[in-house]
Amino acid sequence: MSDFSFWIILQNLLLATRWTILLSLIAFVSGGIVGLLVLLARVSHGRVLRILSLGYIEVFQGTPLLMQLFLFFFGVALFGIEVSPWVAAWLALTLWTSAFLAEIWRGCVESIPKGQWEASESLALSYGEQMRHVILPQALRIAVAPTVGFSVQVVKGTALASIIGFVELTKAGTMLNNVTFRPFLVYTLVALIYFALCFPLSWYSKRLEGRLNVAR
Amino acid sequence: MIQHLNFGDLLPYWDVFARGLLFTIVLTLTSTVAGLTLGTAGAWARTFGPRWAGALTRAYVEIIRNTPFIVQLFFIFFGLPALGVKLSENTAAFIAMVVNLGAYSTEIIRAGIEAVPKGHLEAGASLAMSRWEIFRHIVLKPAIMNVYPALSSQIIIVMLGSAVVSQISAEDLTYAANYIQSRNFRAFEVYIVAALLYLLLAIGLRALLRGIGRAIFPKG
Repeated sequence: MSDFSFWIILQNLLLATRWTILLSLIAFVSGGIVGLLVLLARVSHGRVLRILSLGYIEVFQGTPLLMQLFLFFFGVALFGIEVSPWVAAWLALTLWTSAFLAEIWRGCVESIPKGQWEASESLALSYGEQMRHVILPQALRIAVAPTVGFSVQVVKGTALASIIGFVELTKAGTMLNNVTFRPFLVYTLVALIYFALCFPLSWYSKRLEGRLNVAR
Repeated sequence: MIQHLNFGDLLPYWDVFARGLLFTIVLTLTSTVAGLTLGTAGAWARTFGPRWAGALTRAYVEIIRNTPFIVQLFFIFFGLPALGVKLSENTAAFIAMVVNLGAYSTEIIRAGIEAVPKGHLEAGASLAMSRWEIFRHIVLKPAIMNVYPALSSQIIIVMLGSAVVSQISAEDLTYAANYIQSRNFRAFEVYIVAALLYLLLAIGLRALLRGIGRAIFPKG
């Protein structure tokens, strides 16, 4: 056991952190794209679209991320397609992220004063033009802080991918613990690395929030 | 090629599901009560407490909020025994949930406290109330009322997060699902049912919290 020195443990954890970062980035970007589509459906004039997107958000916010991971990992295999932990984790995190981002952004869109809608409508802008030129640019400004804040949840969410066998930071920690039998050290380091990833994001999000309040 | 779904294979295991469901409900309710108590104490420390307590609480909140729940759970269950603190699966799960909810609710309730108008505190002070009396009788209730919706959603998030405790073999709903699918190999059906049960739990919990909110804050 002594051949597994502190530095070797740390080095292996840091190498695995690459996958945590990569998965977080990919899930966040694709979740953002899907989330934008869900948002547009959620605030559209179509009743069916609104109800469908509401149901989508309810389901993904109302069930554990872990269940979603299991369903993708085991469920897609039913269609005869072999799913790697990578793909399952990516898909599950994307949909989960999209549901939360859509709901956060909906709040931002709805916080735009009604007068903005009425003014742009009186200029004979179509719904699409109102959205694109008047509402979304203003909503975007409000949305930045909570969106950055939610990215912390995505980073932490990737830890669950370890359960379906994707080797990222948490899984690497578990594996290293199994060889070294130094759980206290290993999980302290794992927690510190997550902290180093998440804290700057939390801090930045809070700062953005403060700046927004000054502007108001 | 899609296999036929077969939910019939799940029926013989209904009691396993029921036990898991009950465990998740009990775990959620107990850790919510303890977690909110911890959160209230934390919020007190951040706003009314001595400086050192505020600083300590702040560090606690930041550490918990910026690390994944599963790592906290593993740290408590696998890491602490190295220091001589040995915990059963269920105790470790309970403690991890309380510590997690405690941190989030500290921050939420603190925000609620800061939204209480300063004049109310001054009015209390002018009636010669002690700082503790002011906190207890003037600040706490409106503070929680201010943030009750945020607190409710956090409780639901923690309930859903509790699925992770299955990973240290605490026998919750997810543990039950894992057990059943290892027996009948109907993974997809099992997890669909489990996910549905969680959804119902979330909806039920939300209704319960709304009811409690109406009872405590009749006007709000």
